[in-house]
Amino acid sequence: MQALKRLLGRLWLLVSRPATHLSLGFLALGGFLGGVIFWGGFNTALEVTNTETFCISCHEMRDNVYQELTRTVHFTNRSGVRATCPDCHVPHAWTDKIARKMQASKEVWGTIFGTIDTRQEFLAHRLELAQHEWARLKSNDSLECRNCHSAVAMDFSRQTTRAVEIHSRYLVSGERTCIDCHKGIAHELPDMTGIAPGWVTPLELRGEALPGDNR
Amino acid sequence: MRRPHQVGLSAAAFAIVAVIAVGALSQGLQQSSPRLTGPTTPMENVQAPALADPVTDDVRKMRNYPEQPPVIPHSITGYQLSLNTNRCLECHRRQFTEASGAPMISVTHFMDRDFQVLADVAPRRYFCLQCHVPQTEARPLVDNSFVDMTKTGGGN
Repeated sequence: MQALKRLLGRLWLLVSRPATHLSLGFLALGGFLGGVIFWGGFNTALEVTNTETFCISCHEMRDNVYQELTRTVHFTNRSGVRATCPDCHVPHAWTDKIARKMQASKEVWGTIFGTIDTRQEFLAHRLELAQHEWARLKSNDSLECRNCHSAVAMDFSRQTTRAVEIHSRYLVSGERTCIDCHKGIAHELPDMTGIAPGWVTPLELRGEALPGDNR
Repeated sequence: MRRPHQVGLSAAAFAIVAVIAVGALSQGLQQSSPRLTGPTTPMENVQAPALADPVTDDVRKMRNYPEQPPVIPHSITGYQLSLNTNRCLECHRRQFTEASGAPMISVTHFMDRDFQVLADVAPRRYFCLQCHVPQTEARPLVDNSFVDMTKTGGGN
């Protein structure tokens, strides 16, 4: 304890005293350049982790969720627009992105210790993993969906009558958000027993049951 | 009076003509009806025909006969129907029909094979697409000569 205190004291002296040999210009410019290089490197590394290639470099992503994505409309469609993993799973705004990346360190832990090494383990975890994503998209009002699909830009005259009815009733009114009804849009669903369809009013919002109401 | 070998000759000539005629006739028949068993030369690579557009106008179709499973008049692209989940029932299950406006699954679908009525869809009726199918604008390869029984004078 005493030794640590002495070490900290020496360090403090070192950083608090003016430099005796290095010029102020060198320190300022060097600091600036060092900062630029650090920041550039940091962001480049961050961007590298934000690509599909990086995501599917781990077998648990490549063999499970990625295979399922390849069979959906977000992977192949008539106009050739493709959504990759980070488009839906990583927020675009910087602070939100950093927050999500910090959460994702749990996934690094999982990879290192082999939490999901087999298909069976993946299936066992699927409901929990899906619920995390549903909760995330529900709480940010399906932000990642809306990065591409905006309710304002939807041409209701080009949708089927059924879609128009449902979208005007639930989406435009803000009563529900995309993920409520479009669960499993890009991956296979877990066992949905006991999970009500998205457009049904959630239990916690229903209020007290009236006598005779046996819903 | 003809000699026997002359009779034999004319009979042979008739047989040849008949064979040619039947051959030509069957050729004609083959051309008028489409082949249903792949390319003429087996193992040949053929280009797949274009996919027909699905009918998605949401208008309920009349059944051609009372027992016909109603066809699906809307798009079901990407709908998941597996042991885990059943997208059809998210609207067509009895509890959800009031809010969704979708037709309820038939009461027969609550019965198991021993005719015991269950509270929800019976397992044997779970996979909707076994009987109910969406329609496309595809033209049938062979014309259908089905006539509605009421059109034969049996009703109105």
